[in-house]
Amino acid sequence: MPTHTFQLNGESVTVDVEDDVRILWVLRDILGVTGPKYGCGINVCKACTSHINGKAFNPCSVRVSDIGADDEITTIEGLADTAPGKGLHPMQEAWLEHDVAQCGYCQPGQIMAAVALVNKVREEGRAINEADLDTIRNVCRCGTYTRIREAIKTGQDAMARGL
Amino acid sequence: MENHPAEGPSRVSRRSFVGYVIGGATLIAAADLGLTPSAANAAPIPSVPQIPEVYDLNDFLTHCAMPTSNLIAIEVDEKGHAHFALPRMEVGQGITTAVAMLIAEELELPIDHVHVTLAPARPELLFNQLTGGSNTIVSVYTPVRVAAAIARKALLEAAAIMLGGAVTQLTSKEGVISLPDGSSVTYGEAAAKAAKPTTEKVEVELKKTSDHKVVGKPHRRIDAREAVTGKKQFAMDLDIPDALPTMVCRAPELNGTPHAINNKGDVETMPGVTHVAIIPTGVAVRAKTFGQCIDAVRALDVTWNSGTVGGLSAKDIKAELKAGQIPLAVPKIGATSVDGEFTFHFRSGSALEPNCAVADVRDGEATVWGGLKSPIDAQGRIAKALGLPQTKVTVNVVQGGGSFGRKLFSDAAVEAAHASKAFGAPVKLMWHRADEPRQGRVHPMAVSKVRATVLAGSILTFEQRHASVATDFTHGLGERLTAEAAALPTGLSNLTFSESIFLLSQELPYNFGVVTQLLNEPKPAVDRFNTSSVRNIYSPDVATASELMVDQLAKKLKQDPVTFRRNYLKSDVVKRVLDRAAELGDWGRSMPAGTAQGIAVHKEYKGATAVLVEIDCRPETVNRKVRDAVTGPRVTKAVVVADVGLVINPAGVKAQMMGGFSDGMCQALTYSNHLVDGQFLEASWDNSAYTRQWNTPFEFECEVIESHGSQPGGVGEAGVAASMAAVACAYARATGKMPTEFPINFHDPLHFEPKSFIPSVPESPTDGLSYTF
Repeated sequence: MPTHTFQLNGESVTVDVEDDVRILWVLRDILGVTGPKYGCGINVCKACTSHINGKAFNPCSVRVSDIGADDEITTIEGLADTAPGKGLHPMQEAWLEHDVAQCGYCQPGQIMAAVALVNKVREEGRAINEADLDTIRNVCRCGTYTRIREAIKTGQDAMARGL
Repeated sequence: MENHPAEGPSRVSRRSFVGYVIGGATLIAAADLGLTPSAANAAPIPSVPQIPEVYDLNDFLTHCAMPTSNLIAIEVDEKGHAHFALPRMEVGQGITTAVAMLIAEELELPIDHVHVTLAPARPELLFNQLTGGSNTIVSVYTPVRVAAAIARKALLEAAAIMLGGAVTQLTSKEGVISLPDGSSVTYGEAAAKAAKPTTEKVEVELKKTSDHKVVGKPHRRIDAREAVTGKKQFAMDLDIPDALPTMVCRAPELNGTPHAINNKGDVETMPGVTHVAIIPTGVAVRAKTFGQCIDAVRALDVTWNSGTVGGLSAKDIKAELKAGQIPLAVPKIGATSVDGEFTFHFRSGSALEPNCAVADVRDGEATVWGGLKSPIDAQGRIAKALGLPQTKVTVNVVQGGGSFGRKLFSDAAVEAAHASKAFGAPVKLMWHRADEPRQGRVHPMAVSKVRATVLAGSILTFEQRHASVATDFTHGLGERLTAEAAALPTGLSNLTFSESIFLLSQELPYNFGVVTQLLNEPKPAVDRFNTSSVRNIYSPDVATASELMVDQLAKKLKQDPVTFRRNYLKSDVVKRVLDRAAELGDWGRSMPAGTAQGIAVHKEYKGATAVLVEIDCRPETVNRKVRDAVTGPRVTKAVVVADVGLVINPAGVKAQMMGGFSDGMCQALTYSNHLVDGQFLEASWDNSAYTRQWNTPFEFECEVIESHGSQPGGVGEAGVAASMAAVACAYARATGKMPTEFPINFHDPLHFEPKSFIPSVPESPTDGLSYTF
């Protein structure tokens, strides 16, 4: 069986698995990293949203053979370590401040998408607006959408302050 | 109707109750789960009331708990922490947080020293382990506080001996008991001494509401940190040894069954695959990863038996419902009659976490883990499916990733048990998303007909006939209702269970003369469509139809919708939420053409909700483009005002109202299942068009008003009905055309290309890296 090596949450991992297995299942079923959730398997619901080299992506739709040994994957479990300081990532803190989660199933993906969106907009030299928020595709069946919007604005401010 | 005695056997005065300290090595305080609040109907009975005004579904669910009551217990450990296994299921509705707050309050303990877990199936509780009808807090409010108060009393008595003082001199705060001289012991130190060798009956007095320090203040969910760090575990995240991923290949027709596998050997040799077998609902495949299960499901060649719906489409079901509708009693009389007929299409009850369960069936025993709201019923169904005695089946309840009525049933747990038995190996069984709208439980389609009679400025009659596809209530409550029929208000005993639920939950809050609201199910068998009492079951549709008609009546009498409602509302509770919503939402403000406000009210769950929305139906908004998305009219602002009785956690109540609004809005505008030739076409979230960010209002405000009620009401479903109705009313006002089909886009050209039925699940894409941001 082929082996695949990549960087996961700051550590190099190697797995024995067929080339075409999507990264979501490598994470969940082989490595036991269960923060990214399954909600559709076809890149629609975005519950598995994680980061690859700092950008949001959906591991349900990427084959393990399509990433290389230097590619850095960050899941919700590793997000806090990408921010300065010892505690949570400022976006996670914002989620707590606004008590966003209900059942919580979609929230790891929501937070990972939020961080990537804030970074993207910041690189464009501007602040997030309603139209940006409308582009977020992550499904929340509990309907926490408004609190997500509010928390992203709070998280953006904290990220800008380098927290 | 039945009048409950205010002083039950376990109740000695208004705030005094009896419970137990259970004999054992640790301090265990217990109370009877049947302890209930005083009579639900203390208010004077208005003239010609509908049933829910005096005895509603929540009274029934609470009442059900009484004769089969059993003990719930709080244990205090050597660290002074309290542990409680809640015989209900947390699915995001916040009951674990609310119960932890109740225990923290009564036990005078920091909330992070209170640990609420979910109890496994406890058959001795009989029907008292069902999470539904927004009844959890209503039914556990008293017993949980009594058990906590007993624990505190036992700790104080132990501390008095340890510190050499009298109980009356002691104060307890934050888990420490002190004498005025400053000497103190912790709850942990006192707990060991407080344990009793034998069970003792104890009388306690509960705190006054006015002394509450935790209850009634907003509190963050107790699992919030786990949720945002990815540590919160759902059923598929559990690490059960050797439980490998398992998926089911399902028939192209709704409820089709497998006849034969034509390529079993080929599929068994596919990468990762360990087992393939027929189970009653399809062909189960077990593999090293779910990805390999998907590949195997797609490769299976199966001969199928036909399904249960034949070649029927939505229009056929509509015709069937119309033909079977109970006739209106009042004839149509020219200009005095105001008539309306409304169609509500099927919509999926799926949560984001798909149906799933872990099962280990070996050596004549079964253990199952799953998000189950009726675990005792699940235990019975699994035992029956496996041919095992119920005592050989252990059902562990895991927190669910949403439910919305979906998890009242144990479909995935039964399938997992079948698969594990067939394979002789543990399985982690999960439905593919495509299976959910296509084969999962749906909100039943319905046609609601309304006729009102207006004469000389008065509303003389208001009749509503709601014909629905049968709702499946066979999850353990139906039997109870049958058993209790004799004790129920007049007339209920002759009705089907669905009709009883309808009568117990529907209440038109207006003085409209002779009011009748009746349900019937022309085809009552529940094995044709897979239905469940999806969040707030009948109310959103019934309220949308009736509130649209209320707007029509206001128009006919040339009155403003808010003024008209205020004039005709019976209940002060409803008037208060209506007035506050109108005030907060600046009702009547000038709006550009193509946009409008809408307002609606709903009374249920011992409270009331009013929702005001503003909607934008201008072409530039309706036609805005988002990739693979349904846009359409945009609700730009929503104001929800709720009276939910005594509030445990205002933050939790507001969260439920926001979620209920998301549900109600999409049911009015975008969310449905299209039944075409015996198949539901939808197979993804983009297809079904549940509320997404591009549909979300820019402004959302919720106010939970101070209630005159002294008992908690139901919260989980209370926001849906008025939200759906308000959006429909606003749409009618913005466009000048009253909508009669829901969602309003149902007859638009299909916005997606239906995915294949064979294979039954879509392939996972491989181009994910081209969508990074």
